[in-house]
Amino acid sequence: MAKTTVQEFTKGLWAEIPPFRLVLGLCPTLAVTKTVENGVGMGIATTFVLVCSNVLISLLRSVIPKKVRIACFIVVIATFVTIVELVMQAYAYPLFLKLGIFIPLIVVNCIVLGRAEAFAAKNAPVPSLADGLGIGIGFTLSLTALAAVREIFGSGTFTVPISGLAVPVFGPEFQPFSFMVEAPGAFVCLGLMLCIMNMFGKK
Amino acid sequence: MSDLVLLAISCIFVNNILLMQYLGNCPFLGVSKRMETATGMAMAVVFVLVMAGAMTWITNAFILKPFGYEYLQTLAFILVIASLVQFVEMFLRKAVPTLYAGLGIFLPLITTNCAVMGVCLINIKEEYSFIEALVSSLSYAVGFGLALILFAAIRERIILARVPKPLQDTSIGLVSAGMLSLAFFAFKGMI
Repeated sequence: MAKTTVQEFTKGLWAEIPPFRLVLGLCPTLAVTKTVENGVGMGIATTFVLVCSNVLISLLRSVIPKKVRIACFIVVIATFVTIVELVMQAYAYPLFLKLGIFIPLIVVNCIVLGRAEAFAAKNAPVPSLADGLGIGIGFTLSLTALAAVREIFGSGTFTVPISGLAVPVFGPEFQPFSFMVEAPGAFVCLGLMLCIMNMFGKK
Repeated sequence: MSDLVLLAISCIFVNNILLMQYLGNCPFLGVSKRMETATGMAMAVVFVLVMAGAMTWITNAFILKPFGYEYLQTLAFILVIASLVQFVEMFLRKAVPTLYAGLGIFLPLITTNCAVMGVCLINIKEEYSFIEALVSSLSYAVGFGLALILFAAIRERIILARVPKPLQDTSIGLVSAGMLSLAFFAFKGMI
């Protein structure tokens, strides 16, 4: 039992790391990764929702009727998203403003609903917790990596999460490659990172 | 009137929902491999988005605001959208079976399409009037359809090309989406 729980956790970190291995949840991935701080913030918010909704859905899995399960999942997820939204508004207001409509949009993040449907609805609470945590941390890592690449090349800085301090990476002569922080750069950068992931290791 | 035309142009081109606002990218990559599915999805989105835009505006103005329940916006909107999609599906199946045959399989997917939820939230955030909200929903949906159909045409060509192995499928899809986004980027200074 203990071993499988560990496996459920670690699969989210490499074998099924979103959004590279599971091509889901692209919208927040592309939209918020302009700075490392936003990427990490979004990752943590999504992880919280993912873990809580996975555990609750797993506990309720024998109660929820099969025919209306998707609607039930969405209500559970929306509840936790509302909690995240209110907590961020109270304690991390600048980040709340920067992430904007992408916080309420965690509701329609396909990763969260996908894990509820594919995993939590069929498994006990403890493996579901491990699954949610693994996928969530994997998602946070991917967002951080993408955000780091985009921010370092796009604006020449690296924003340290929490402190919000933008550390310049290159010298003062650096000309920002602003393509990277704009929309086209987001698509190209994610595409190339996916390509690099495909070069290393198979599924 | 000219305000509404400007709003429409800005929603279709300048702030294109897929390529500039990054919303609705999962169906963008998911259903764009064939022209037929892309067209079906685009039509289903236009159909649902306009209705969802109107319904969520009404929900917000007449239910959430008067009672001070704005913090329940997320929960209320997703429920409105989910039930609307269900209702549209049932209505089409009974009333217009030919249209249902075309759009049917795309309708359930729309519930979790962040473009729909996103536009509804943008309408509220920008404090649009009811007419403006309708125009913006319709134009965002048209912009979504335009980008999706253009992208499907590109992807049909990519299938014929020889792509290096690690770049295949989603990876090359994302890079070409980036190029398409670059083209839309040219509209940026327009309004």
